[in-house]
Amino acid sequence: MTITARPPAAPRQITAQLQPSDRLFHGAARVIGMLVLCVTGAIGLFLGYQSIPTLRHYGLSFFTTATWQPELDKIGIAAVLVGTVEVALVALVVSFPLALMFALFISDYAPRRLKSWLVTMVDLMAAVPSIIYGLWGFFLLQPQAINLARWMSQYLGFIPIFHVDTDPGAAVWQQSRYTSSAFVAGLTVAMMTIPLACAVMRAVFDQAPVAEREAATALGATRFGVARTVVLPFAKGGIIGGTMLALGRALGETAAVLIIVSPDFIIKPRILEAGTQTTSALIASNFGNATKSQLSALLTAGFVLFLITIVVNMVAATVIRRSRSGATSDI
Amino acid sequence: MTIRIDDAPIVPIGSGGGKRKGGRRGSAAGAHPWRGAAALEAVGVYAWFGDTMVLEDVTLSVAPRSVTALIGPSGCGKSTFLRILNRMHESVPGAKMAGEVLLDGQDVYAPDFRITETRREIGMVFQKPNPFPAMSIADNVTAGLTLNGTKVSRSERAELVETCLLRAGLWDEVKDRLGRPGGALSGGQQQRLCIARSLAVGPKVLLMDEPCSALDPTSTNRIEETIRELSSLVTIVIVTHNMQQAVRVSERAAFFLAEQGAPGRIVEQAATASLFDNPSDSRTADYVQGRFG
Repeated sequence: MTITARPPAAPRQITAQLQPSDRLFHGAARVIGMLVLCVTGAIGLFLGYQSIPTLRHYGLSFFTTATWQPELDKIGIAAVLVGTVEVALVALVVSFPLALMFALFISDYAPRRLKSWLVTMVDLMAAVPSIIYGLWGFFLLQPQAINLARWMSQYLGFIPIFHVDTDPGAAVWQQSRYTSSAFVAGLTVAMMTIPLACAVMRAVFDQAPVAEREAATALGATRFGVARTVVLPFAKGGIIGGTMLALGRALGETAAVLIIVSPDFIIKPRILEAGTQTTSALIASNFGNATKSQLSALLTAGFVLFLITIVVNMVAATVIRRSRSGATSDI
Repeated sequence: MTIRIDDAPIVPIGSGGGKRKGGRRGSAAGAHPWRGAAALEAVGVYAWFGDTMVLEDVTLSVAPRSVTALIGPSGCGKSTFLRILNRMHESVPGAKMAGEVLLDGQDVYAPDFRITETRREIGMVFQKPNPFPAMSIADNVTAGLTLNGTKVSRSERAELVETCLLRAGLWDEVKDRLGRPGGALSGGQQQRLCIARSLAVGPKVLLMDEPCSALDPTSTNRIEETIRELSSLVTIVIVTHNMQQAVRVSERAAFFLAEQGAPGRIVEQAATASLFDNPSDSRTADYVQGRFG
C-alpha cells in the first residue's frame, strides 16, 4: 500500500495581527531606530556639503599638502592624517596586548569576587573624561615616557620610525626633543582605548562555551591551555572587533592629544620626536579663530576623519557579528 | 557489528611526571595510549555547594577493567560524585569536598598529585557531546596531547588517531574526512569523537556522565558497544538514568538516593544483576522497578 501525496496547494498567507500595545511599541522603536540613522546620515551630509568649497578650491592638493598656512593659501591634511594614524597606531600597539591580557585575566584567572570589582574598575576607566587623561599624560606620563623614548631611539634609532633628530648619546640630553611626540600622545590615548577594547574582549571571552572549557579541563589542560584552545579561538572575532573599535576611538581622540602634542605640519614618520598634529586636534585648536574659508577647510578635515572612523567601526562591527554565529558550538 | 582489534601492547604515551620528556618522539612501539586500567576507590566522600551538603559519606570501590554504573533519580548527587573522582568538582565556584579518592591507592587530592595529572589519568566524557567545533576530527582526537605539550611524530600521531577512533567505533565513518571540522558530525558521532579524544590521553579510568542521554537509540547502541569493548582496556564508571543501559553495560551498580532535604548517599551497591533482580533495600527495589524517580 503506497501513500500518494496530494499535489501541494499554494503556500498559505499567514498574517499575525499585532496587539495594539505591540503595535505602539513597534512603531516607537522603529521611529527611534530611524532617528539614529538620520542623525548619522545628517552629520555626514552636513560635513560633505560644507566640504564642497574647499575641495573645489584646493582639489586633490588638499590631501597631498602638508602645511596649514591659510595666510599663504596653502592648506592640506597630509601631515595631520599621518599624525592621526601614528598616534592611533601607537595607541593600538600599546593597548592591544594590555587589553587582551587584562580581559583574559578577568574572564579566566581572577577569583570571582575580584572579577566583578575589576570589571567595574575597567568600566570606570572608560568613564574618566579624556581631558583628565590628557593632564595625566602631560604631567605624569610624559616625564617618564621620554626616558623610554630616549632608550628606544638609542638602541632602535636605526629604524626610521624610532629615529630622533638629536644626539641620543649626549651627556646632557635634549629632553625637549622627546616630549610632545606622537609616541607620548599615543601612550595617553592607549589608556583611553584599553577599557573599550577590554570590555568587548571580556564579554566575548565570557561567552566561550562552558562545555568546551570543561572538555579541555578534563583532558588535563592548564588554565592557559583552556584559554589557548577554547577561549581565544572562540573569541577571535571579538578580539579583532574590539581592537578596531578601540582604533576608531583612538583616531578621533582630541582633548588629550591637544594637550600633549606641539603642532608640527610636516609629514614625519619619526614617532618619538617632538611635534606632530592629528586631525581632531587641528580642528579643535584652529576652530576658534577661523575665517569662513578656513572653517570650511576644517570641516573638510572633519569629514575625512568622519569617513575613516565610520569605515573602521563598520568593519569592526561586521567582524564581531560574523564571527559570533560561526563560532558557537550549539549544534 | 563489532570491530575486533587485537589487544594492543601497552605503551604509555602521555604519561605524566618526569617521564614525559625522554625519548617519546619516534618510539617505534607505536602510539597506543593504553597505560593499563587502574583501580579507583572513593573513601568517605562528602560534597558541598556553598553551605549545602549534597553528598554524604560515599564509599565506593571500582575494580580495574570493570564497568560500574551509578544510578538514581535526578539530583541525588551521581554527577557530582563523578566529577569529584577526577577533580572537576572543584572548578565550580563554591564547591567543596571531603574524603579521599584513591587511584591505585594514591590519593588524587594529595598536594603532591598534580591536578592536571589527575585529569589525564581519569578521563571524562560529558552528557552533551562537546568536541572542539572548529578543530578537525584528527586534531580533536589529539587535542589532549597538544594541551599537555606531548610531542609525537607525524606517523605516531596518525596511528594514535586511527587507534583511538577505532576504539571509539568511529573510524569507519570518518576515516576519509579526518580534516573536516569536528562540529560537523552528528550528535552520536560527536560523542564517540569525544570518547576517542579522552582515550588519546591514555586514561586509566574513564568517567562517563550520562553519555547517551542526548542521543537517539541507534547512537546509544553504538556507544554501549564501545563501552563494552573499552572495558577490557580501562576502568569505566558511568552515570546513567537508563536502567536498561545499566543492565546492558555494567558489572556492578551503585544506587544513589537523596531523600527529602537530605544529601545524596549510596543506598546499595552490588553486582548489577543482583541489584536489579534481588535488591536488598526496599528503596532500591522501588526505584529499579520504576515505582519512583
